[in-house]
Amino acid sequence: MSQHSLYQEMILDHSKRPRNFRALAEANRKADGFNRLCGDKVTVFVRLEGDVIRDLSFQGSGCAISTASASLLTEVLKGKTQAEAERIFHKFHDLVTGKSHPEAEEMGKLAVFSGVSEYPARVKCASLAWHTLQAALHQEPAATGTAAPQPVSTE
Amino acid sequence: MSANQAPISAPLPASNAGERRRANAYDVEAIRRDFPILRELIHGKPLVYLDNANTTQKPELVIEAEAGFYRHDCSNIHRAVYLLGERATEAYEGARRKAQAFINAAHEYEIIFTRGTTEAINLVASSFSRMTLQPGDEVLITGMEHHSNIVPWQLACESTGAKLRVVPITNEGEIVLEDFERSMNARTKLVSVVHVSNALGTINPVKTIVEMAHNRGIPVLVDGAQSTPHQPIDVQALGCDFFALSSHKMYGPTGIGVLYGRGELLEKMPPYQGGGDMISSVTFEKTLYNDLPYKFEAGTPNIAGTVAFGAAIDYLTTIGMDRVAAHEATLLEHARRLFDGMKGIRIIGAARERGGVFSFMLDGVHPHDVATLLDAEGIAVRAGHHCAQPVMDRFGVPATTRASFGLYNTTAEIDALADGIEKVKEMFR
Repeated sequence: MSQHSLYQEMILDHSKRPRNFRALAEANRKADGFNRLCGDKVTVFVRLEGDVIRDLSFQGSGCAISTASASLLTEVLKGKTQAEAERIFHKFHDLVTGKSHPEAEEMGKLAVFSGVSEYPARVKCASLAWHTLQAALHQEPAATGTAAPQPVSTE
Repeated sequence: MSANQAPISAPLPASNAGERRRANAYDVEAIRRDFPILRELIHGKPLVYLDNANTTQKPELVIEAEAGFYRHDCSNIHRAVYLLGERATEAYEGARRKAQAFINAAHEYEIIFTRGTTEAINLVASSFSRMTLQPGDEVLITGMEHHSNIVPWQLACESTGAKLRVVPITNEGEIVLEDFERSMNARTKLVSVVHVSNALGTINPVKTIVEMAHNRGIPVLVDGAQSTPHQPIDVQALGCDFFALSSHKMYGPTGIGVLYGRGELLEKMPPYQGGGDMISSVTFEKTLYNDLPYKFEAGTPNIAGTVAFGAAIDYLTTIGMDRVAAHEATLLEHARRLFDGMKGIRIIGAARERGGVFSFMLDGVHPHDVATLLDAEGIAVRAGHHCAQPVMDRFGVPATTRASFGLYNTTAEIDALADGIEKVKEMFR
């Protein structure tokens, strides 16, 4: 079980000690994500300055895969432009759905999620926070504390 | 091959089944050999199948009965005048008689074949409600129902203006009978209650509930999806007016189940679906409905599945449901010894009367991670809300991991589960 392809050391670490796990007072974008199947909930907070994700954080509850994914998302995307975030999201999505290999592109830390593609039922766990972030970025700028009207769900 | 030689009507070709009964010892290893899937390797490890409340595996003779129907007897039922048609009709109606005997219904026509428990409850919710429910009337269920015993009543209430009332459950996952009594009133038109909870394992005192409701003249539906596979069922002794069950939880195929209904109620109820086989004559002005049970069986049914369900009933009857119950009680006892004192585990549901369902939370580990990691060990358990979200809400958890036992499980498999859980705990330490 220690050699498990899904539960890499970094995933376990981020699930036990999620980074940026807090509400963001200065957030000007925010969205809720919900996985009906397993009850996972995530809220993503973003501080968008011009085109740049100046800061982001998350809160919620979920499995190790969804928590670690949200945690790594906040680390990887901080300081990125919206276009860069979009590009990384697509790469990440291709990785967890088995359409690309971790070596094929410079995935950085996100390569630890390559095992997800062997578990189709868990793809939605890995991508929940990403879909939620996308919803937050695409929404109209809103006053802090205002959630998107409909929670986002994943594929 | 004539009808009475067809493999589908042979009660139990498995060579040692008769010996098993005579020997009066529960030979679980012999039973396991009847199930081909139990020889599968999962991630290179022997399959430990502990998701029986979800669906059960099928013995060879059920698989053969379904294939045998298509190989030897396939035709439509109740209409073909040729030999195959007679064989198919006899096999299909034979399964009805087997189901009748299995739950001790008084009459063959009280057995309505449905797609499963869900459709059986929907049938009553639709037909009985149209006949009975008026605005302000009430339907009474409990807080531990499966979605299939909640949503059909919500739909019925929506269309009739009736109200759905819910008897709460305790921290142990039980119904308090006094609460139940208090929840009934002059407007209560039906009680629908689960026999054994799929999420908690609670065995409800349905016989008492039926008596209490009948004292007020209220009919009772019992959702028997999780009880029928694990204990002898006698609908006349229970006294219930409706009883719903699913073949696929009884080692039979998916897509077939039974609604038992008391004849006098079924007679009065309007049809659920219209179509072929449920009519006696049709003109554009007026249609006369067929007699019971056909009034409620519109369209060509799952004939092969029904025949194979009959084989599954034969299989259970040969082993004996009292012996299945005794074996599974041993498994539950073993599981309790292992898990009750285990650190870092919270068992959801502590009813005094419990079936072989073990719902639990591991501290700091999400049920989906538990299930994925156990799968790596070849252990199949369910993780999720078990189609019982109100139960999850009641216990303040988004989901649980659930192990549920069947007649082929062994204490060694429960040991394997305990070892697997220790490994998961170690990994998330």
